[in-house]
Amino acid sequence: MKGEHVYIVRCGETALKGQNKPYFERTLAQRIRRVLSGFPETKVERSDGLLFVRTTDAVRAEDVLRRVSRVFGVDSISPAQEVDIGGTADEQALSMLGDTAVAWMKAAVADRGNLTFKVVSKRADKQFSIQSPDIASRIGGRILRECPGTRVDVHDPDVRLHADVRRGFAYVYEQKISGFGGLPLGTNGKGLVLLSGGIDSPVAAFLMAHRGMLIEAVHFHSYPYTSRQSQEKVRELAGILSVYCGPVRVHSINILPLMEQIAQRCPEEYTTILVRRGMVRLANLIASENDCSMLITGESLGQVASQTAESIVVVDQAADRPVMRPLIAMDKVDIMETARQIGTYETSILPYDDCCSVFLPKRPATKPSLEHVLSAEALLDEEAWMRQALESLETEAIRPRDEL
Amino acid sequence: MIIYLDHSATTKPSAGVVEEVRRTMQLCYGNPSSLHAMGLDAARILSEARSTIARSIGALPDEIIFTSGGTEGDNQAIFGIWEASKRQGRTVITSAVEHPAVLRACERLEAQGARVIYLPVNRQGLIEPEVFQNALTSDTILVSLMHSNNETGAQMPIEAIGRILSEQDSAAVFHTDAVQSYGKTDLDMRRLPVDIVSLSAHKIHGPKGVGALYVRGGTKLSPLLAGGGQERGFRSGTENVPGIAGFVQAVREQSDHPEERRRHLADVKSYLRERLLEEISDVSIHTPEESIPSILNAGFPGCRGEVLLRMLEQERIYVSTGSACSSKKAGSHVLAAMDLDPASAEGALRFSFAEENSREQMDRVVEVLKTAVDSQRKLRESFGKGRR
Repeated sequence: MKGEHVYIVRCGETALKGQNKPYFERTLAQRIRRVLSGFPETKVERSDGLLFVRTTDAVRAEDVLRRVSRVFGVDSISPAQEVDIGGTADEQALSMLGDTAVAWMKAAVADRGNLTFKVVSKRADKQFSIQSPDIASRIGGRILRECPGTRVDVHDPDVRLHADVRRGFAYVYEQKISGFGGLPLGTNGKGLVLLSGGIDSPVAAFLMAHRGMLIEAVHFHSYPYTSRQSQEKVRELAGILSVYCGPVRVHSINILPLMEQIAQRCPEEYTTILVRRGMVRLANLIASENDCSMLITGESLGQVASQTAESIVVVDQAADRPVMRPLIAMDKVDIMETARQIGTYETSILPYDDCCSVFLPKRPATKPSLEHVLSAEALLDEEAWMRQALESLETEAIRPRDEL
Repeated sequence: MIIYLDHSATTKPSAGVVEEVRRTMQLCYGNPSSLHAMGLDAARILSEARSTIARSIGALPDEIIFTSGGTEGDNQAIFGIWEASKRQGRTVITSAVEHPAVLRACERLEAQGARVIYLPVNRQGLIEPEVFQNALTSDTILVSLMHSNNETGAQMPIEAIGRILSEQDSAAVFHTDAVQSYGKTDLDMRRLPVDIVSLSAHKIHGPKGVGALYVRGGTKLSPLLAGGGQERGFRSGTENVPGIAGFVQAVREQSDHPEERRRHLADVKSYLRERLLEEISDVSIHTPEESIPSILNAGFPGCRGEVLLRMLEQERIYVSTGSACSSKKAGSHVLAAMDLDPASAEGALRFSFAEENSREQMDRVVEVLKTAVDSQRKLRESFGKGRR
């Protein structure tokens, strides 16, 4: 126990998954091992629906908490004190657990001043003869007697001290740092997000990854009509996403050949919708070459002209696989709030054009009919613009910056 | 082959400058304030540098303070004069087309209670002496007007304004930012009626992070930095000896056949100007006749400067634009102050020249630019017509 830090990790929904449970837990343990791979001698063990992380005491708790709490599938994590009660009589074990709880509270009072507290206990090992309410009240009594500066408050305590008894070990811990919940990455296939550089698409990617989907990204630009800086911004966003999603491969394609053809051949009001259909067609190709079973977009119903119900129907028709739109019913303020939480917001609002205003129609069609759009699209030389656009394809794997 | 036409942003340090910086760093790393022989060696470099810079503008060595460059010089001048003179008056006169180092500094003075007058410019981008005369009051303690403009090259009537100041017997201290003019036109402190002048090394093939401030003897100025009292108390901090040595090397190289150099710049500039007007339709020139020979600003209506810049960049031609592409960013405050046709300002490019540029290069620039302008105009036209 000396020289070691222990953390209890609770797996959210993965605990409910019946027969898949071992698989999800195994995957989650692997994900946690991966984010802690920079810290040697770190162990991740599974035990009765919980994960236990053990590190040397040289590893700072905040590094472990930050990294583990952002692994999808983690419901919460607590730094804990472990008491080895294997082969010990129950009364003796309770006294050892009490010693640890008293020491914890003494340290807390020394650190934070007088405190109100409440002891909460859980007995996962039903062989243990002392019941949870008794464990709590007996340990609470010892703290009151042995720890000056403490007072009981069962409604709104400063410290909610947990004293849990499991088979062979008991644990004292205080905070639960919330994770994102969700499912471990890699348990739900791989999707290709259309990453624009705006606020919405990184959030969409995050939400899908949160359900266990691995993420690749495709970015469409129109250099020299858009700037290198805006491409740089997309790399930056992918870097932030990779903190949660692991390394993100970004495919960049210059879509200018399509825009030029549209400008020369098609009615102006269909520009935006034709460009979006073109992006989806290219995304189909990239997705199929990279084993992505779905596309992901940041569309939100009615947010802009190209995201009306009618437009979405017309754009969707160009996809050859399911298009996930996790933001479809979210309000902009809520999308922005999530973007702030995951850290993409500040980068997303940098003022670089993501689609040059040269190509913004004055009056875009907001209720396009599929028939009209298809007849406008027929004026394009699809083979030519696709070939030209694909010539510009560049792929790069972006890694988290703080974990290189 | 790179064609670099962004010399007003910065220049490539000459081989001699690089060598001088390297040599000083390796051999003369003593602190000029140290009392031993190595300190003395470094102090000698400083002293010679001071004389050379002074000589290049007809000043005395004691009138030169070394700084980190143009921004520090402008800030030191503006805040230093304000601190020293704010009891004599509260009015500051500057112009709408100054460098941000002057404009932002003046805004800070406003927050401290100064009344700042931002003189307008005419359609040529020039300040008019009569406009200045009307703004001048006995309450004016500081006049800060640039010697030449960094976006258009417009050369301001500094001498006429200095004459007005002395005719009116004004007590105002006259500061001019001559960063773009230095080496491009005569700056002679024996004739120029100014008190404080900002200079920078990296616009004349010197190193970045070093410059000088000329302060006429007797001018009241408070220092910005507190510390060891270097530079006669005006600029505390161990002197950037290698940078200063490089700066002086650049000045020496500039003073070699200065007339010939300027004639060459002027030739390249007027050649580009003519070729643009001949080859590309509907070009507007934003640089007036009264301008330094190193800058030409031109507008290409129907285009966006930023997109043209990137089209040129693809052919390894590097220029700059003061105008904005996105509506989220403010456009060039200089072009806005000139009240130009918005389309012309939106499609503005700045070409800025140095010795290495040639007529042949300008032929190539015009060729690439013509294609770029045509394709952008064509695209915009076909798009704008609302086909069908």
